[in-house]
Amino acid sequence: MSIMLEPNPEQIKEQKIYAQMGMSDEEFEMVEKILGRLPNYTETGLFSVMWSEHCSYKNSKPVLRKFPTKGPQVLQGPGEGAGIVDIGDGQAVVFKMESHNHPSAIEPYQGAATGVGGIIRDVFSMGARPIAMLNSLRFGELKTPRVKYLFEEVVAGIAGYGNCIGIPTVGGEIQFDDCYEGNPLVNAMCVGLINHEDIQKGIAAGEGNTVMYAGAKTGRDGIHGATFASEELTEASEEKRPAVQVGDPFMEKLLLEACLEVIKSDALIGIQDMGAAGLTSSSAEMASKAGYGVEMNLDFVPQRETGMTAYEMMLSESQERMLIVVKKGREDEIVKIFEKYDLDCVAVGKVTNDKMLRLLHKGEVVAEVPADALAEEAPVYHKPSSVPAYFTEFQAMNNEEPAVSNYKEALLNLLQQPTIASKEWVYDQYDYQVRTSTVVTPGSDAAVVRVRGTNKGLAMTTDCNSRYIYLDPVVGGKIAVAEAARNVVCSGAKPLAITDCLNFGNPENPEIFWQLEKSADGIAEACIALNSPVIGGNVSLYNERSGTAVYPTPTIGLVGLVEDLAHVTTQSVKQAGDIVYVIGETKTEFGGSELQKLVEKRIFGQAPSIDLEVEAARQKALLSAIQSGVVQSAHDIAEGGLAVALAEKAFGAKALGVEVTLNGSATTALFSESQSRFLVTVKPENTAKFEEIVKDAVKIGAVTDSNKVVISNEDGTEWISGSVDEFRSAWKGAISCLLNSEA
Amino acid sequence: MKFAVIVFPGSNCDLDMYHAIKDELGEEVEYVWHDETDLSGFDGVLLPGGFSYGDYLRCGAISRFSNVMSEVVKAAEAGKPVLGVCNGFQVLTEAGLLPGALLRNKNLKFMCRTVGLKVINNETQFTSEYKKDEVIQIPIAHGEGNYYCDEETLARLKANNQIVFTYASENPNGSIEDIAGIVNEKGNVLGMMPHPERAANDIMGGSDGLALFKSIVKQWRESHVNHA
Repeated sequence: MSIMLEPNPEQIKEQKIYAQMGMSDEEFEMVEKILGRLPNYTETGLFSVMWSEHCSYKNSKPVLRKFPTKGPQVLQGPGEGAGIVDIGDGQAVVFKMESHNHPSAIEPYQGAATGVGGIIRDVFSMGARPIAMLNSLRFGELKTPRVKYLFEEVVAGIAGYGNCIGIPTVGGEIQFDDCYEGNPLVNAMCVGLINHEDIQKGIAAGEGNTVMYAGAKTGRDGIHGATFASEELTEASEEKRPAVQVGDPFMEKLLLEACLEVIKSDALIGIQDMGAAGLTSSSAEMASKAGYGVEMNLDFVPQRETGMTAYEMMLSESQERMLIVVKKGREDEIVKIFEKYDLDCVAVGKVTNDKMLRLLHKGEVVAEVPADALAEEAPVYHKPSSVPAYFTEFQAMNNEEPAVSNYKEALLNLLQQPTIASKEWVYDQYDYQVRTSTVVTPGSDAAVVRVRGTNKGLAMTTDCNSRYIYLDPVVGGKIAVAEAARNVVCSGAKPLAITDCLNFGNPENPEIFWQLEKSADGIAEACIALNSPVIGGNVSLYNERSGTAVYPTPTIGLVGLVEDLAHVTTQSVKQAGDIVYVIGETKTEFGGSELQKLVEKRIFGQAPSIDLEVEAARQKALLSAIQSGVVQSAHDIAEGGLAVALAEKAFGAKALGVEVTLNGSATTALFSESQSRFLVTVKPENTAKFEEIVKDAVKIGAVTDSNKVVISNEDGTEWISGSVDEFRSAWKGAISCLLNSEA
Repeated sequence: MKFAVIVFPGSNCDLDMYHAIKDELGEEVEYVWHDETDLSGFDGVLLPGGFSYGDYLRCGAISRFSNVMSEVVKAAEAGKPVLGVCNGFQVLTEAGLLPGALLRNKNLKFMCRTVGLKVINNETQFTSEYKKDEVIQIPIAHGEGNYYCDEETLARLKANNQIVFTYASENPNGSIEDIAGIVNEKGNVLGMMPHPERAANDIMGGSDGLALFKSIVKQWRESHVNHA
């Protein structure tokens, strides 16, 4: 059927056809040298996609090496589908976060949906049962019809996939800034549970064993998706819509159940998801990791369309497909399991001992390349980095308070900023309760999911304040990890490990590479200080639209262990008469703050400072207070400062208020974004015990039955006073109000 | 009492239903795959929520042709309790065991939240443990829960006291007469959009749904003592 003739090797070289696939002249020369001949069209495609940034991390590898990846709790670090951390009793938690930014910018519903589908496969391909999803989203300001469309469709896509497959979407975060207008960020995280003995690896080992293809048929969708993800977005990107895949959550639900049955079979050698670069990456990586080769006959690949070429089949990113290696002679046992779910599972090849990836099609060898060359030998670039002029300028600035005349009005305004406002409009569309294990639902600091059959829980969160990272990547990187850990600690859990999703602009710009490098330094330092190693993640570069880069956004996904469900704590106040404490000192720090953005209409200056030793000690003390049972509610102080955090504590309670007294300058006391701070409430009879554990906690007021938020200074002047309902309705309705307003 | 939880391809609340029965209610329960052809060993049948067959074509429209559905019909005819929740309710209407249909929510969006339900009829085998007009808190999670039927059917539902639950305050999906759950004329087949199995343990935020399952068991025990 295919009438388009593929160019021959000489034409590929002379006409630089490889360049259209994203490969540089030097890289093409390397391929020529590796093969000892010119690559044909299919082989050029294999190299270009495997050596794309998305698959090879060729620009980010030197940066990723900075991260601590080990710890006694880590069972599997970066390199497999997802990382694994021990949680005791022979069980482990498996998790990873991944980006789907470029597809979502072009086709938001399917882009977001397939992002969810892809990360779920990464988790169940390890043999784990997915138990929860989270996400981290970035959009432009909700002003233009295009941004509103992207926002609504991304949320619908996440909901459509997650709800159908039956994995609860339990948490996440969303921020809005102009820099994301043309290039939204869509990061999805999946958390799974596994018994140690079920842990699988993506390996193709044992000469003669059978390589099988399972799941959906291969079509022409998503061809070169990984390459598309590794270049900047432009007006012409709309033409790349065919590079966006289409998801089928029903198919994935069947595939998930079938795969979790298959992993119980001792006929299974290895299993891997066909994610980015589809059949190419799964086969080359499985062979390379095992030190073997793979030979596949593409005639046997289940196909959705007629006349597909070897090139198209190998580069397709059709969704819901797995590559499986099975002991020779036991293929039928595996086929039977897939048959139960009406899924294709066919033998497409075998494991060889020559370390080659060899592809046959219509009786001919159409590609023959070393598997290691594809999977492991992509060039690694040490990109030049340079300090941006803006950074030097910002560092020289003093910390000053934005001008505020009416504090109550300022608080009402802050509560309506979409980054702070209630995200109920979003999570109302996510099934966050399916699997009946969600103990803390969306809207508190971290979500908590119980581990059925035990008295334990997993607390999970995603976090990243990219404004701080833009102002100061080292400090901002530290804050991103620290804030994630704070959220998990507030929920009553001990942080275990993180996954990251590094969303940056074009790394070929030295100032962007500097942001990447420096924020990785900050993240690495915080991971060590807070004993939360990096067990996996993803890099998404080239997040630019027509030359404008997004803020550096290294999203952190953190999972912690709740040792006893009795420790689970939420942010809402519980009872009138309880004492309100603040932990941590407040300084005049407004660089990158919500108040600065609101008043000055831009961000500048220094990011809030952070001392990781103080942070670690404070988290430890608060967790031990929570575990000893004396804490009624806990909330970290984040965007918008203490006043916003205090109001939020009252929102979840019924007919309760808070009344506190602060000192110093009102603007700083109310709205500064100083780090390492918490708001905690404690029953009066437990205050002595609490103060003994958390020595730097300061009493500032009490929970009342007045249904009011009242903040005064020491001499009794009321800075802010209003009913909880007034603040709540401003906060609750802001996002739907923005969506419904005319642009 | 022994329950069957029917599992269609794409069911996803089967696990929740199973554990509500086993862990919270303490009764016997088994999963039954959609191509099974015998339900005679079970005393009650539960059709769980989810997206059977991906909701493709129309919610529940493909599932109703599963092998097991003719057994579900038999069980209903034999007077065994049959409960369909969410997608299970949709399957029951498609199969003709309950009248009416479930349309898309009036705001065209999926919604997940806990709502107040009013117990309109507490004289069914599913609701005897509730008080009449009691308001209970039960989670919903659906995109197509907007119950609709024609005037004539509605009049019949009312006349026969077949409306079991209505939304107590805000109607989330636009259903006719705020209907959240109905029984068949015989009273042994209940379909409802809200998820009682999600409100079976306080750790999940509430346990108002447990009384529904307790009602089923109580009725079954009583009828079996009487017959013994």
